[in-house]
Amino acid sequence: MSTLSHLQRLEAESIHIIREVIAEAEKPVMLYSIGKDSSVMLHLARKAFYPAVPPFPLMHVDTTWKFHDMYAMRERMAKESGMEIIVYKNPEAVEKNINPFTHGSAVHTDMWKTQGLKQALDKYGFDAAFGGARRDEEKSRAKERVFSFRSAQHRWDPKNQRPELWRLYNARKQRGESIRVFPLSNWTELDIWQYLYLEKVPIVPLYYAKVRPVVERDGTLIMVDDDRMPLKPGEQPMMKKVRFRTLGCYPLTGAVESNAETLAEVIHEIAAARTSEREGRVIDHDQPSSMEAKKQEGYF
Amino acid sequence: MSAENSGTGKGPQALVGVEVADAEIRRRAGRSLLRFNTCGSVDDGKSTLIGRLLWDSKALFEDQLAALEADSKKVGTRHGEIDYALLLDGLSAEREQGITIDVAYRFFSTEKRNFIVADTPGHEQYTRNMVTGASTADLSVILVDARKGVLTQTKRHSFLVWLLGIRHVVLVVNKMDLVDYSHDIFNKIEAEYRAFAKELGLPDAICIPISAVKGDNVLERSTITTWYQGPTLMEVLETVEIDETRVREQPLRLPVQWVNRPDLDFRGFSGTIVAGRIRKGELIRAQPSGRTSTVTRIVTFDGDLEEAVAGQSITITLADEIDISRGDLVVAADQPAEISDQFEATVVWMSEAPLLPGRSYFLKIGTKTVTGTVAPLKCRINVNTLQKMAAAKLELNEIGICDLELDRSIAFDPYRINRDTGGFILIDRITNDTVGAGMLHFALRRASNVQWQALDVNKAGRAAQKGQKPCVLWFTGLSGAGKSTIANLVDKRLHSMKRHTYLLDGDNIRHGLNKNLGFTDADRVENIRRIAEVAKLMVDAGLIVCTAFISPFRAERQMARGLLAEGEFIEIFVDTPIGVAEERDPKGLYKKARKGDLKNFTGIDSPYEFPENPEIWIDTTTTSPEAAADTIVAYLQERGLLEP
Repeated sequence: MSTLSHLQRLEAESIHIIREVIAEAEKPVMLYSIGKDSSVMLHLARKAFYPAVPPFPLMHVDTTWKFHDMYAMRERMAKESGMEIIVYKNPEAVEKNINPFTHGSAVHTDMWKTQGLKQALDKYGFDAAFGGARRDEEKSRAKERVFSFRSAQHRWDPKNQRPELWRLYNARKQRGESIRVFPLSNWTELDIWQYLYLEKVPIVPLYYAKVRPVVERDGTLIMVDDDRMPLKPGEQPMMKKVRFRTLGCYPLTGAVESNAETLAEVIHEIAAARTSEREGRVIDHDQPSSMEAKKQEGYF
Repeated sequence: MSAENSGTGKGPQALVGVEVADAEIRRRAGRSLLRFNTCGSVDDGKSTLIGRLLWDSKALFEDQLAALEADSKKVGTRHGEIDYALLLDGLSAEREQGITIDVAYRFFSTEKRNFIVADTPGHEQYTRNMVTGASTADLSVILVDARKGVLTQTKRHSFLVWLLGIRHVVLVVNKMDLVDYSHDIFNKIEAEYRAFAKELGLPDAICIPISAVKGDNVLERSTITTWYQGPTLMEVLETVEIDETRVREQPLRLPVQWVNRPDLDFRGFSGTIVAGRIRKGELIRAQPSGRTSTVTRIVTFDGDLEEAVAGQSITITLADEIDISRGDLVVAADQPAEISDQFEATVVWMSEAPLLPGRSYFLKIGTKTVTGTVAPLKCRINVNTLQKMAAAKLELNEIGICDLELDRSIAFDPYRINRDTGGFILIDRITNDTVGAGMLHFALRRASNVQWQALDVNKAGRAAQKGQKPCVLWFTGLSGAGKSTIANLVDKRLHSMKRHTYLLDGDNIRHGLNKNLGFTDADRVENIRRIAEVAKLMVDAGLIVCTAFISPFRAERQMARGLLAEGEFIEIFVDTPIGVAEERDPKGLYKKARKGDLKNFTGIDSPYEFPENPEIWIDTTTTSPEAAADTIVAYLQERGLLEP
């Protein structure tokens, strides 16, 4: 056998990390956001425990503002994997009908995602949660450990991280502390796309280009996924051939114009791309060092 | 947010054909992966070099570059020109300080390979970060500034690279543009470094003259250094052997991570192969038990394999129902690993609280976690001079050589042979932090020579003869709290009840068994370790043992508890506020300590860590010694410890 490819090495490393958590944590959960990274992570978990079903549930911290295609994929994957899926919605956000239009992206994200996640972890008592974040996404991620500890208040202390050497991960923790584990830490965006292609992992069709109704907001193309999207007087959505590089809440996710209708074509475009994928995310640009600030508060 | 949001700027180009696209993706996906780390200080241009590699290999996106340009103008150190260093300083606090203070990982690829760079800083206090970054590296790039040559820090970095067993070292002589690309200067630096590397035992280094700012000999061959015939940095990175490929030729090592048992018909053992290869039908041995069996299947999600190699995460099934659990090592039956519970090892200390010989830590190696004690520390290595010095403890970022004793035997290989079966981390038993990392050298011979003598009369027999259940009453509290007084009363009562007892008292023991110990933290730990071991022997002899020692540290009390069976260790906290104890001052010690005549006195200039969950809590401000003794005897009676 020849030298392992980088994807084979990344896959083996991720499987090792996932198994290590299950062996040492008391009550683990996998955060499933339905995006491409989550899809790879779920696929790796299924590989790690095959022929067994992964011995932990999936959890989706819902905002009620995801694309409709994402909800369809969530139901499909729950069925296909045979795993339990927990859907959690912050009851306060439900009650106050928090949304990005009236409350702005910062409040929306904080209430649904940051607070929602903390509440969900506390409610079910999960002591380890897998997340699909990658180090190449954003500067503050590049320094976060694979096993990232959170205080009982879910705070991240970047100055006080445990050293991680070799393949040795220390999962021991105090009562009340929890761990966020990032098995995809060393994957890049291109690695993810290539892996999805080679492994034929199903992904939400929004990643492929198709003619879709969009409006322009501050230079970003936003898809009109349902009638909750407020239009300006007399505004008609434009029909453009677009796809998405990342998926989140539809009013906060920018589309890119593209003709890539297949995964191969998407990869071809990505390999030649000169802008990073997070550029399409509205929340990163709220304030300087905004991702780091959010993480210290408990955002995943 | 930019107004230009299309994926490629010009819009996607039509693909030539589906087959071509498929072949192209498979070719890219099939590239190998090299992990390397960089060592050098901010001044050596390390961040600039990495920025250059990222930029030249097109790993930077336009929006990242735009942010970099803006940052360069705002906080850059290059008068508004692109300051690549800013790319790597991820955390805002560090960005302001202008130095990287942790390990950051960066990713880029070329046509031949994908790369992960661990960027680790070069300041002395951050040894721990460099060791962390180097632990997974196949290659290390060591930077020197052509104007300064080989410095103390260059030697320190090289020593750490050698310590971590990295097999490929590139010495990059940077800033050649600032010395007019002088061949003489490069030659001098190269000769000096080679002499040092040889002395250290580092594998042959490759020395390259570069300019990270101008790009000479990084990706492109310099047109100026025509006197240099060797490879460019990128040529080395693209062709050097990857460590996993090398260890594939070694005997099989598979640490068992997880026993996969979905139903009664399937029992698989999962793990990542860290050396060699495994084949269907092969005879394997499980260690430390030594039992053998045959591999019946290599199971993966994508179908069974005939063979798997180092680096792959797999699940195997065996022909026989042998007992294997997480932490065991599956090895080639005829080439097993060594087994021992005592080693010589190098330890790199990574915690603010020092390493104390005699204190016990969790030790994780492969997938196994055991308890280990450093005893004794042989020496500390000065990372600047490489001299070995005597040491009683190790402080943060210090490196020492020590003997290690584990509570049970493990299978291992020397670290020099395999990182995964010879590298370990130490974990604090109370904070759970990773406090150290280490490398096993060899097993101490005494481990195989000193056998445990099996005795025919056992603990239960000795206890039964005395008609009692042995236990330890562990009194802890400040000096002058009343430990000895209460322990003495309890001892007298039990004696009059015809129980067989013994009282180990702090001062008495320090006159004999422990008279060679002082009052430093390290000596206190050793003091308590000996007491705990003696108490354990006495419990084994069937006695009820009272110990009256300050025993100020939780870790040692926990260690003592761990030596005994469940329910045999009864911690009694004699709680006296320091003000009260100081007023009593029965031995006049507080007075001496306050005057400074007595150093390391608990409560004054040495800490007391009060027990969190003692079995018995005595508040001496409200309880007399007699009442306290009553409480303790009543506790023993309630628990049935005074009955046969």
